[in-house]
Amino acid sequence: MAPLLEVENLRIELTTRDGIAPVIDDLSFTLNAGETLSFVGESGCGKSMTALALMGLLPDKIGRVASGKIIFNNEDLTQASDARLREIRGNDISMIFQEPMTSLNPVFTIGEQIAEVLRAHQGLSRAAAWAKAVELLDAVRIPNPKGRASDYPFQMSGGQRQRAMIAMALACEPKILIADEPTTALDVTVQAQIFDLLTDLRRQTSAAIILITHDMGAVAEMAERMIVMYAGRKAEFGPVDQIITHPRHPYTKGLISCVPHIVSDMTEERPDLIEVPGIVPSLKDFGQDRCLFASRCAYVTDKCQASRPSKKLFSNGQIADCWHAEDL
Amino acid sequence: MPKTLLDVDGLTVRFEVKRGSGWGKKSYLYAVDDISFEVKQGETLSIVGESGSGKTTAALAVARLVPAHSGTVMLDDGNVLEKQGEDLRQTRQKVQFIFQDPYSSLNPRKRADSIVREPLDNLSEKSEDEKTTIVAELFEAVGLRPEQMKLFPHQFSGGQRQRIGIARALATQPELIICDEPVSALDVAVQAQILNLLRKLQREYNLTYLFISHDLGVVQHMSDAIAVMYMGKIVEHADRISLFTSPRHPYTQALLSAVPTVDRTQRAKQKRILIPGDPPDPINLPKGCRFANRCPIAEAQCSQTEPELKDVGQGHKVACHLV
Ligand SMILES: Nc1ncnc2c1ncn2[C@@H]1O[C@H](COP(=O)(O)OP(=O)(O)OP(=O)(O)O)[C@@H](O)[C@H]1O
Ligand SMILES: Nc1ncnc2c1ncn2[C@@H]1O[C@H](COP(=O)(O)OP(=O)(O)OP(=O)(O)O)[C@@H](O)[C@H]1O
Ligand code: SF4
Ligand SMILES: [Mg+2]
Ligand SMILES: [Mg+2]
Repeated sequence: MAPLLEVENLRIELTTRDGIAPVIDDLSFTLNAGETLSFVGESGCGKSMTALALMGLLPDKIGRVASGKIIFNNEDLTQASDARLREIRGNDISMIFQEPMTSLNPVFTIGEQIAEVLRAHQGLSRAAAWAKAVELLDAVRIPNPKGRASDYPFQMSGGQRQRAMIAMALACEPKILIADEPTTALDVTVQAQIFDLLTDLRRQTSAAIILITHDMGAVAEMAERMIVMYAGRKAEFGPVDQIITHPRHPYTKGLISCVPHIVSDMTEERPDLIEVPGIVPSLKDFGQDRCLFASRCAYVTDKCQASRPSKKLFSNGQIADCWHAEDL
Repeated sequence: MPKTLLDVDGLTVRFEVKRGSGWGKKSYLYAVDDISFEVKQGETLSIVGESGSGKTTAALAVARLVPAHSGTVMLDDGNVLEKQGEDLRQTRQKVQFIFQDPYSSLNPRKRADSIVREPLDNLSEKSEDEKTTIVAELFEAVGLRPEQMKLFPHQFSGGQRQRIGIARALATQPELIICDEPVSALDVAVQAQILNLLRKLQREYNLTYLFISHDLGVVQHMSDAIAVMYMGKIVEHADRISLFTSPRHPYTQALLSAVPTVDRTQRAKQKRILIPGDPPDPINLPKGCRFANRCPIAEAQCSQTEPELKDVGQGHKVACHLV
């Protein structure tokens, strides 16, 4: 079966005061129906920018697709008109943002906003759209959905708003749901509910989910495959279990080992965390012909400073862009 | 056995809230409601709990940054809540705060060295030379370079700004440092650098931390003991190993079961306990246990009487009728 989405050699450039920089630099991946693919990496590595590119929502004037393809249903979205992209956003690909208040309209009730999406994209009547909106609120487990549909966003708790936004994103029955840090601002108990919800929905509708997160634990729990991004590039790509058990890129290894995880065999001993020194380079330093992780890397050699690492493919499906991937 | 540095007893903080119209009687929100805990010198007590459970308010009250309604906060041998004048100034030197947001907690118009120096100017009688020496030592202790002293906050990265905040908190040689979500705004790699730094400083200066975080992995790594709060109450209080390996309160169990983890063994044995619904209205608290409406094991008595925090063995304290 052909993948649902194929991204080929995508390069996105941003024009900033410091010049033009590739915020996404030669990114390729596929997404299959019914799977969850996770993007991880530190702040500023291009995770949200990837999502925005898929949605056709790159920052106005300064962002553009410089080369590459985004193929969805045999159609290259990088060539699609604005009207066509809007249509796709309404019907096929939808997104949940980190901060629900930015995408919910404060002056309309939750029910009205969901019903509006249904009317626009499925041509439902006013009454039918409202009934479906209540049904969706029920599906995302808002208690007393009939009553709560008439609430304004500010009358809901953070977790409820996030669930309402998921209901809105689902209103058009998307084939791809992009969730950009959907739970970062929420308590873990609420996060667990939202994750369960996403898992159920995926099972019921076989939608594909792209989950963007900082949290390796969330990746382990939610996704089959993952992409580790660093400075606009794919550092590592492959099956989640394999990567977590044996990362092949020093950056992935650092991301996993610098975090204090809750583990089954807890001991009195608490050794210091393994540090990854330094910070992510700023956008103006993206795109150079060398390994952009070199200044923070414990495995660095001259070769790393001299040219951009090529893909190293392993037999288990893992791909690491590192000159020394085999040494890890 | 280390001595008890901080001994909080019956601490209550309430806020007056306006609700409804007219001349009705005043309502109060009990953000912190009769909580008690101890912290041993050189150790870390973490407070965890969901948003709005009263963690920050409790910490602010300990540092006299919000007024307490009742209770005592014994530090060394005096009650912090009763200090006045010079005594209070002495106490302020002993208790310092590190805030969550390294972006907004530093004065943008001041240079790094004067930010670090400020508590010395305000709270100590040291000479100018002494202060300059102390500031230089602090820069080194937190891993900043001397030439960075004259820079402004916006010229630092998030992690470096948090280092400035830590240096500032150390300036008066405090005994107790309250860290309110000190790494929540930072990326994981920088978070590791700051957590290691906090532990190194703790060992070097025998510091006592009151540590607030919503990240249970971080809490597990940093703490000697943990207090779990729910709606202004401490519902469980135990040492690190007991709390994480045998949580007793149903809220703590739900909380721990919700944490996603990379450890496959842990994930396999972890059975997620859902607590649907919302916490009750804090201004209109129900009778009985505040967790009862979401509790998977609640019985009739739970909505009748409020459970007390009691020792269930080896200092492990739980507030639940069914434990
Ligand atoms: N509108 C914009 N104008 C200029 N630069 C931008 C803009 N949006 C993002 N950038 C830059 O592009 C890079 C990638 O940003 P992006 O938002 O994709 O990061 P991210 O991986 O999603 O990070 P985070 O985890 O913080 O959300 C960063 O260096 C960022 O500063
Ligand atoms: N100055 C104030 N006036 C009125 N109510 C307040 C004030 N400060 C806090 N509260 C209320 O007290 C309760 C506890 O708040 P607090 O900030 O201590 O929670 P927290 O546990 O630190 O939460 P978070 O994890 O979101 O930081 C909340 O219901 C909050 O709305
Ligand atoms: S290419 Fe070199 S510098 Fe880059 S991650 Fe691999 S070893 Fe480190
Ligand atoms: Mg982002
Ligand atoms: Mg707080």
